[in-house]
Amino acid sequence: MMNKLELNEDKVLEVRFVGDDDVLNHILDREGGAKFKKERPQLLVNTKKIIKKPEYDLKEDGIEVLKDKNYVEVLGRDVQESLKNGSATVGGNKVYSFQNRKHPEKMAKLASELAKTPRKNVSYSLKNDPEIMTDIPQCSKGHSPSDEVQLKNNDKSEFISTTRVLRKRLIAPRNHSDSESEYSASNSEDDEEVAQEFEEDTNKAILSPKTQAQNRVVSAPVYKATPSKKMKRDKTSDLVEEYFEAHSSSKVLTSDRTLQKLKKAKLDQQTLRNLLSKVSPSFSAELKQLNQQYEQLFHKWMLQLHLGFNIVLYGLGSKRDLLERFRATMLQDSIHIVINGFFPGISVKSILNSITEEVLDHMGTFRNILDQLDWIINKFKEDSSLELFLLIHNLDSQMLRGDKSQQIIAQLSSLRNIYLIASIDHLNAPLMWDHVKQSLYNWLWYETTTYSPYTEETSYENSLLVKQSGSLPLSSLTHVSRSLTPNARGIFRLLIKYQLDNQDNPSYLGLSFQDFYQQCREAFLVNSDLTLRAQLTEFRDHKLIRTKKGTDGVEYLFIPIDNGTLSEFLEKEEEES
Amino acid sequence: MATSSVSKGCFVFKPNFKKRKISVPIEEYFNEGKNESEDSKLRFETYQVIWQQMKSETEKMQEELNKNLFDSLIKFLQKSHSGFQKNSRDWGCQIKLREIPTAALILGVNVTDHEFTFRSLTEAIQNNVTPYVVKLQARDCPDIKHFLQKLFSQLMDCHVDVESKEEEKDIQKKTHCSMDSLSSWYMNVTQKTDQGKPRKKRTSSQWQSPPVVLILKDMESFTTKVLQDFIIISSQHLHEFPLILIFGIATSPVIIHRLLPHAVSSLLCIEIFQSLSCKEHLTTVIDKLLLTTQFPFNLSEKVLQILTSIFLYYDFSIQNFIKGLQLSLLEHFYSQPLSVLCCNLPEAKRRINFLSDNQCENIRRLPSFRRYVEKQATEKQVALLTNERFLKEETQSLLESLHVYHTNYFLVLRCLHQFTSSLPKYPLGRQIRELYCTCLEKNIWDSEEYASALQLLRMLAKDELMTILQKCFSVLNSSSEKQLGSTAKRIEELLAQLQSLDEVKEEEDASGSQSKGLQKTDLYHLQKSLLEMKELRRTGKKQTKFEVLREKVVNFIDSLVREYLLPPETQPLYEAVYFTAAHTLHEHLNAAPRLALHTALNNPYYYLKNEVLKSEEGCIPNVAPDICIAYKLHLECSRLINLVDWSEAFATVVTAAEKTDANSVTSEERNDIIHARFIRAVSELELLGFVKPTKRKTDHVARLTWGGC
Repeated sequence: MMNKLELNEDKVLEVRFVGDDDVLNHILDREGGAKFKKERPQLLVNTKKIIKKPEYDLKEDGIEVLKDKNYVEVLGRDVQESLKNGSATVGGNKVYSFQNRKHPEKMAKLASELAKTPRKNVSYSLKNDPEIMTDIPQCSKGHSPSDEVQLKNNDKSEFISTTRVLRKRLIAPRNHSDSESEYSASNSEDDEEVAQEFEEDTNKAILSPKTQAQNRVVSAPVYKATPSKKMKRDKTSDLVEEYFEAHSSSKVLTSDRTLQKLKKAKLDQQTLRNLLSKVSPSFSAELKQLNQQYEQLFHKWMLQLHLGFNIVLYGLGSKRDLLERFRATMLQDSIHIVINGFFPGISVKSILNSITEEVLDHMGTFRNILDQLDWIINKFKEDSSLELFLLIHNLDSQMLRGDKSQQIIAQLSSLRNIYLIASIDHLNAPLMWDHVKQSLYNWLWYETTTYSPYTEETSYENSLLVKQSGSLPLSSLTHVSRSLTPNARGIFRLLIKYQLDNQDNPSYLGLSFQDFYQQCREAFLVNSDLTLRAQLTEFRDHKLIRTKKGTDGVEYLFIPIDNGTLSEFLEKEEEES
Repeated sequence: MATSSVSKGCFVFKPNFKKRKISVPIEEYFNEGKNESEDSKLRFETYQVIWQQMKSETEKMQEELNKNLFDSLIKFLQKSHSGFQKNSRDWGCQIKLREIPTAALILGVNVTDHEFTFRSLTEAIQNNVTPYVVKLQARDCPDIKHFLQKLFSQLMDCHVDVESKEEEKDIQKKTHCSMDSLSSWYMNVTQKTDQGKPRKKRTSSQWQSPPVVLILKDMESFTTKVLQDFIIISSQHLHEFPLILIFGIATSPVIIHRLLPHAVSSLLCIEIFQSLSCKEHLTTVIDKLLLTTQFPFNLSEKVLQILTSIFLYYDFSIQNFIKGLQLSLLEHFYSQPLSVLCCNLPEAKRRINFLSDNQCENIRRLPSFRRYVEKQATEKQVALLTNERFLKEETQSLLESLHVYHTNYFLVLRCLHQFTSSLPKYPLGRQIRELYCTCLEKNIWDSEEYASALQLLRMLAKDELMTILQKCFSVLNSSSEKQLGSTAKRIEELLAQLQSLDEVKEEEDASGSQSKGLQKTDLYHLQKSLLEMKELRRTGKKQTKFEVLREKVVNFIDSLVREYLLPPETQPLYEAVYFTAAHTLHEHLNAAPRLALHTALNNPYYYLKNEVLKSEEGCIPNVAPDICIAYKLHLECSRLINLVDWSEAFATVVTAAEKTDANSVTSEERNDIIHARFIRAVSELELLGFVKPTKRKTDHVARLTWGGC
């Protein structure tokens, strides 16, 4: 006999005897239910595949958890529908994948490869297609035609590495299309290849034990049939290690050649422009077509601007001409301000000033920027007939990318009757905006890839190879040195020579004052350290020398001008004397 | 006028005044640019009408949702302030008097939506408690001086006395803002109102000295020093300056204690208020805007999924969701000429009569309409394709059936949701929006989840089933239209049957248990008979009456689903009311500029459709734009790049590409040009943020990206 608690209809607990059969029925019922349950998990497993995080379902949030997979699928499908948007063609893992350690001479190799066989690669890939599909890492057989071609062109040693590079290139696309497990597998292989190349080509023991260990770690799971969680972890940790490995060693393997040894070295802005004007632009027909596509959007932009959205343009190529055309066609009859973000002297202050002074004709001054902003906002809120278009080229430029500037521009743009259309170019430009700013801006994004050169945008930039004011320090040097006494000139020359002698010494700090004094005395240029100090003060006033305190507390003197200019100056001096 | 200069960066263009007056109305932009667009004016008007309706609906809804929160907040404000009034000598009150009453308002991470909440909160407080409400933001108050200044100036603005406004402005300028001046100002004002409007005022507002409510919108971003100082100072003046604080908190209440040391937080008397979670908010928005026939506009599955994903993945912001909705509405009316029919039924029917020939042609071109025509008899097909009038009549009836379809659709969807939302593991989703998405996408009964959901439904207990059925019944009854009247009746019947089952069963139970009740058993026998019973079960399964009925109910709901939850694609003319261009939405709202750059640099063929540029993935032809070549070469380097090597590699590639016309220019000049092109490419890469100059080694640049892009 068994006791059983049963919940009666009228919700009163009651204890009573129950017969065997009832118990049996009861239990069997349960069993039937259990049988059901056994079937069910299978079904539920299927659903889990779609809902990515099954463990999470049990919790409160339930299926709130996003169906990432579906989401990605949706986007994937969209790509086929929209031919226009370039941003959707590649998966994230390609863009954000980690790089392998690069061989120092790889660039030259790639260059020669690109130069020599520009079109043939395509045919290889077609031939190798089935092999790629079947996913055999060592598809050396398939590569034999390419090897032959390479043999004709290169000597043996180059051949090995080039084919390796080639093979890697052919493997690479597969990486991304396949599942994660395969991805990490071929990745590790690349690693090995790179490691081998290091050993073979440079004959240095660069290969650290760490790399080897890490290779082992990665290659182990390759043979596992199913991708497991552990593998995933391995993969990520592997990537992380790779990153830190590449960034930990302070030594960088690059060649030591400098531009100075090449004669062409630096050009100034003017000659650069002249030279570039001789280049005939390629693909002009296609570019024109692209631009025409974008021009058709002008009306839509105007509509959306009026409806309270702001527009931001992104994509490779200068968008300045496009915006200029927009201005010319749509904005002739309305007040607008063009703001060159790339102009090095631009600031939010100057933008606000041009609004208050030129648009609103206000003559007064403001205590600070925030006051000015408040004033402008009030003015625009009061007078709804007032309309203002802001065109900002390079909203992400050095001068405007600061948090405060963005905040202020965002607040301006959130006004109903201020319409903002801006362009961004920098890779990380969207990081400028947090949620608050983004909602103030209320952006609509438009991709406008134009491929046009950033002529205007880079002309102000203190570029790497453009001699911005290269002639200036030299002329000022000679100018100052002419006004000096012969002794002072001698002192200065001494310092220059010393600095040039030590230019290859990476730990060179400068010439210590004591040594300098000694040398000057020996050359009969000064008779006491007081006179030397007096001379040095003059140099310092002209910003010709600077002093630095060394770790031992001694003062070191050096000239903050690059060595090329200094040697040029010395040559000139010697010619004159 | 040129827009480039070496001396300035802002160029203002001001057309002369007369010209400006004739500014183009917005509608112009709507129809221009597209030549064949039809009824654009009407479409734009419809857009504006629908958008205004949606906007006001959401605002109303938000107010309703906030109502509870505000009510309790206001109650708190009134209660906490009453202490000042009583002036009692009670010791407890005295203690309390030293503490600043504080409401910690937890609003969630969707900071962008808070603005609206605060605005309506201010209104509510001003209407019910006190005219003195001040909102402060962290970015306005870098230090205590600015803090007090802002507080002072906003308090002045709150005080609506017009005559004294000028005077106060002067005061504000003259006096140095301090807590003392604040409290003396407060005394002044309260006394003045007392004298100025003697009896009337006192009856209208409850107290002679209304409290000052200070709202700190973003408590987390205030500097701790400012907050601490302010709290300490104001607690000293509390007896003459009745202050109540409201903290807007985005994270969790713990933050108060993290920002304020015990000495300071003990000066506060904190009560916590929780706002509605944004997920519930979203559910209501979707419920009120999309799952209703009130608005004729609908979203396709992909669009809805993109919008909800942006919401759930990125910002939890209702505002952004609404923005996406607005954009899809605009896009729909802008791009679909037949969207002119996207309005309420009688109006749409009226509009059909005025459709132009072109629009009729548009209707005929709709894929859904073509499918419909193909199913008709031949004469009717001919008539539909040639006779405009007949087409219009047919369109009217089709629109009507589309409307009916929607009415039924939403009702059945809600019923189905009642059934599936309580199942374990939620095979069809917890939220109705997930169910809606699946139903929009395909025939839901083909999916495995649906099958497993039905299986689970077949195991429901009786009382569960009954409550669900009752809910369904009320859902069906809630609609004003009686399309599904018979269904409601059927559910009622089922309910009644279930009810009657109870009584029958009880009788059976009673008789059954009495007959076999008192048999004795031991464990061995039990096991044995269990096995026997199992065998019996396998051979002939007998269902109880309840089980039969349950089966009936499940089959009934299944038939409902199959009849009414057809995906919208099956309905003729659905294109007129569904927005389907998910990719445009995604492009404009959730763009990926980095990917675009990557594609442009790696695969120029994608944009420049020139056969020369066609190449396999990972390779780039040597005739590609300079910047692509330079980029590709730089990818081969590690952290530092030697400019000389780079430029030589670049030159190798470019000269190889130019080989054909090499003889025309001297090699010297050609080299110079190539070098110039290289310089341009490098400085462009620098502008894009791929490289930057470095001082670690002469003539090197540092790579700024890690990986493929």
